Amino acid sequence: MKQSDLCGLSIHGAQNLLCGREISAAELTEAVLEQIRAKEDDIGAFITVTEEIARRQAQQADEALKSGKAGPLAGIPIAVKDLICTKGVTTTCASRMLADFVPPYDATVMEKLNSSGAVMVGKLNMDEFAMGSSTENSAFKPTRNPWDISRIPGGSSGGSAAAVAADMCLGALGSDTGGSIRQPASHCGVVGVKPTYGRVSRFGLVAFASSLDQIGPLAGDVEDAAIMLSVIAGHDPRDSTSADRPVQDYHSCLSDDITGMTFGIPAEYIGAEGMDPGVRGAFERAAETLTAAGAKCVEISLPHTDQALAAYYLIAPAEASSNLARYDGVKYGFRSREAGGLKEMYNRTRSEGFGPEVKRRILLGTYALSAGYYDAYYKKASQIRTLIQRDFAAAFEKCDIVLSPTAPTPAFEIGEKIDDPMQMYLSDIFTLSANLAGIPGISVPCGFTQNNLPIGLQMMASHYAEDTLFKAAYAYEQAAGIKGRKPGPGNSQGL
Amino acid sequence: MKISREQVQHVAELARLDIRETDLDRFARDLGDILEHAESLGRVDTTDVFPTSHAVEICNAFREDAVAGHLERKDALENAPESEQGSFTVPRVIE
Repeated sequence: MKQSDLCGLSIHGAQNLLCGREISAAELTEAVLEQIRAKEDDIGAFITVTEEIARRQAQQADEALKSGKAGPLAGIPIAVKDLICTKGVTTTCASRMLADFVPPYDATVMEKLNSSGAVMVGKLNMDEFAMGSSTENSAFKPTRNPWDISRIPGGSSGGSAAAVAADMCLGALGSDTGGSIRQPASHCGVVGVKPTYGRVSRFGLVAFASSLDQIGPLAGDVEDAAIMLSVIAGHDPRDSTSADRPVQDYHSCLSDDITGMTFGIPAEYIGAEGMDPGVRGAFERAAETLTAAGAKCVEISLPHTDQALAAYYLIAPAEASSNLARYDGVKYGFRSREAGGLKEMYNRTRSEGFGPEVKRRILLGTYALSAGYYDAYYKKASQIRTLIQRDFAAAFEKCDIVLSPTAPTPAFEIGEKIDDPMQMYLSDIFTLSANLAGIPGISVPCGFTQNNLPIGLQMMASHYAEDTLFKAAYAYEQAAGIKGRKPGPGNSQGL
Repeated sequence: MKISREQVQHVAELARLDIRETDLDRFARDLGDILEHAESLGRVDTTDVFPTSHAVEICNAFREDAVAGHLERKDALENAPESEQGSFTVPRVIE
C-alpha cells in the first residue's frame, strides 16, 4: 500500500492492517501528517498540529502492537475539537479569550483516548466557544468545506467534520449542543454522533450550555463512529451528570438486519419551510431504501417542533451567559492590559476577548434571565422543553427511530448567513430538539445535491438506545451503498 | 419585538460587557429579531407544566467527602495573567 493511500483508510480498516503488522502506526501517522501539510492551507481545519506528540504516541502504539497489549485505538490518528482540554497542549475554544490557555489536566475523554492507544494529531477549528453553525465565528480563521472550498463545513465542529472528510485524521472528537456534530457531519459527508446526554463525561469539556452539551465522535463510517463511542463513553465520578449505566460494545451491535424496525417520520419536519428540494429528494429516497431493507416507515407527530428553535435559543444562551461569567481575566485566559480598576478590567477583558456572536448570546441569555423577564422567557422555554420531551416519549411509543434530514439545506456559501443570526440559527432546526430532549442522534450520508454537495440523514433514538441507533444507521449505510465517496480531484469544485 | 439601545446597554452592564456606540443598533436589532421569534412560545399553554432544566432524570449525585486528586498550586497559577506569592493578582479594589 502506498503511503499516500494510508490516510484514506477507515479506522476498522487500519486496525486490521496494524494488528496484522502490515503497516506500522508510525507509517500511518506520517501519512496523516503529510496529508495535513498538503491540505491545511486550503481547508483550515486545524488550530494546532501536534506532530511531536503524534510521533511519540505512534511509537508507543507500535511497541504495544508488537507486544500484543494494544488498546482498541492503538495507532489510530485522531484529532480533537479545540474545546476539549488536552494537558500541556493549547486549548483555545477558537477564542481570543483562551488563545494561550494550556490546560493543566486532560479531559476524561482524552484520558480514555490516550489509554486506548490513539495518536493525537492536533486540535481542530470551531466556532468560538461552539457558538455557530458554520465555523465562521472562529477568532482565528474560517474552515472550508472539502467538497467545495467556497462553502462552509457547518459548525460548530466544522474543523472536525472537514478534517475527517479530507483524510486529515481517521476520526475526530466534536461536541454537540444543538447540532454541532451532526450538522457539520451532514455538510461534509461524514458520520457524526451526539450520544445521550450523560453518556460521555463532560469533565474537561469547556462548557457552553451545560444541560445540552455532549461530546461525540465524527468518522468516515458508522462502524468507525461505533468503535470511537465505545472508547469514550462511560460513567465518570468527576462529572456528576454522567450516566452510571453500563456501556455496550457498540461495534458488536452492528447488523444489517433491520427487519421489523419502525422509523417515524415527523410530519412537522417534512412540512418545514425552507427545505432544499435536493435534501427533500434524498430524504425520501432514504426512507424508500429503509422500507426496501425490511423496515417500516410511519408518519409521527412532534407537535412542539415550531417552538423548539425559540426554546433552544433562550435556554442555550441563558446557560452560556452564566457559564461564560468565569472569563474575568483573573485565573486564566486573556486579560486586558488597558484597565485601571477591577471592574474596568472585567469589562475590557470580556469586551476585547469575546467575538460578536459570543457577545450576542451572552446579551440574549442575560436578558432572558434578568429580573422581570425570567418567567416570560427562561421559565417558559423550560416548560416548552418538558413538552418537547413528552413529544419524543410519545413518538418512541410508535417507532424505534425518528427519521429526518439532518439539516434543511446543504452547505451554504461562506459569508451567506453570517450577518443574519436568525437565518444561521435555522440551520439547526432539525437537530436541536435532540439536545433539549437529551436523546441520542446520528447523521449518516444519504446522497448528494446536483452540485455534488453531501446530504445527511438524521436518526434519533430514545435515551441510552445508542445500540439501536448504530444498528439502524449501519443497516442504512449498507443498504444505501453510498459510503466511500470522497472529495477528490474528480470533483471540479472540491480539492 | 423592539429592543432599545438603552436596554442593550443595561443588559451589557449586567454581563460586564462594554458595547461600542456603533454596535448598539446592530445588537438591538439582532436581539429584537430573536426575541420576536420567541414570542411564539407565549401561544402555547403551559399551565401546570413543570419546567425542565435537565435533559435526563438524575437524582442528587453524592460522593464520599474524601480528599482526592487536586491541582498543585503551581499548576493552578500557571495560566494566571498575573500572580504573586502563590496567589492570583487583581487590580486594586479599594482606593
